[in-house]
Amino acid sequence: MSEAVSALSGQTHEGFVTVSEAGLVGMISIRSDLEAKGLAKALKAEGLPVPGARRIETVDGRSIAWMSPDELLLICAHDEAPALTARLAEALAADHALVVNVSDARAMFTIRGDKADQVVMKLSPADIATLPEGEIRRSRTAQVAAAFWRSGESEISLISFRSVAGYVMGLLEVSAREGSDLF
Amino acid sequence: MLTLTCPCCGVIAEETEFAPGGEAHLKRFGPGSSDDEFEGYLFARKNPKGVHFERWRHAYGCGKWFLAARDTNTLEVFATYKAQTTEPPADVIAKIKAKRPDWEGYK
Repeated sequence: MSEAVSALSGQTHEGFVTVSEAGLVGMISIRSDLEAKGLAKALKAEGLPVPGARRIETVDGRSIAWMSPDELLLICAHDEAPALTARLAEALAADHALVVNVSDARAMFTIRGDKADQVVMKLSPADIATLPEGEIRRSRTAQVAAAFWRSGESEISLISFRSVAGYVMGLLEVSAREGSDLF
Repeated sequence: MLTLTCPCCGVIAEETEFAPGGEAHLKRFGPGSSDDEFEGYLFARKNPKGVHFERWRHAYGCGKWFLAARDTNTLEVFATYKAQTTEPPADVIAKIKAKRPDWEGYK
């Protein structure tokens, strides 16, 4: 079996905050009618809720995020993802739903530090200052699509496509350079 | 700057997060229609200075299509509403009429 490698193998840069690639993260894309009873039941069996619009809920190290009116993203441990995908697909077999393991199609970044907001502010048109805790915002960072949320105190997590991980790391590194903080 | 509220996910975002889709509420003329109708469907578009109905897609967000009623002159957005609408809803019309009393109406 081949060895799983994340997009940038945990590359880290120190600036006025620390930006790092989060390493291997499991991500499962679920497309379904979010009101469907079958979905709620399938997720409940895994101890997960169906998040409300734009929310991200974390339960026991796993997060489930509302991506669009018919899409959820489940974030879990990388090695757990294949089995979890299979279990959810099995549970949703009778429903009009799709469960796909997209772990290796995405990259995740962590921005840690008191001024973490500013790194993203410089790159995205979204209003980060008013982004509440527990809300995931899909937007863009410079030229590429990204989603980010407050994953802890002075910490922002950001997801992008794996194909643009190098570009996103470059953006974050420059945006976080010492002396370039906004206020 | 044009700021739109996506009716599908509720996010208030600026123009660059969206992809424009041209005029809204077009009636499709396909096989069996006359040449004039088909030409009109393909090419004839309104180009008003003022109230306009447009299609937009929240390309960098939830990815859904929706419709917007806005003023092409002032960039004021009167309302955004779901794409599954064949003509402007009454409440949107009322909102526009309240703000633009001399607007001649849709069509």
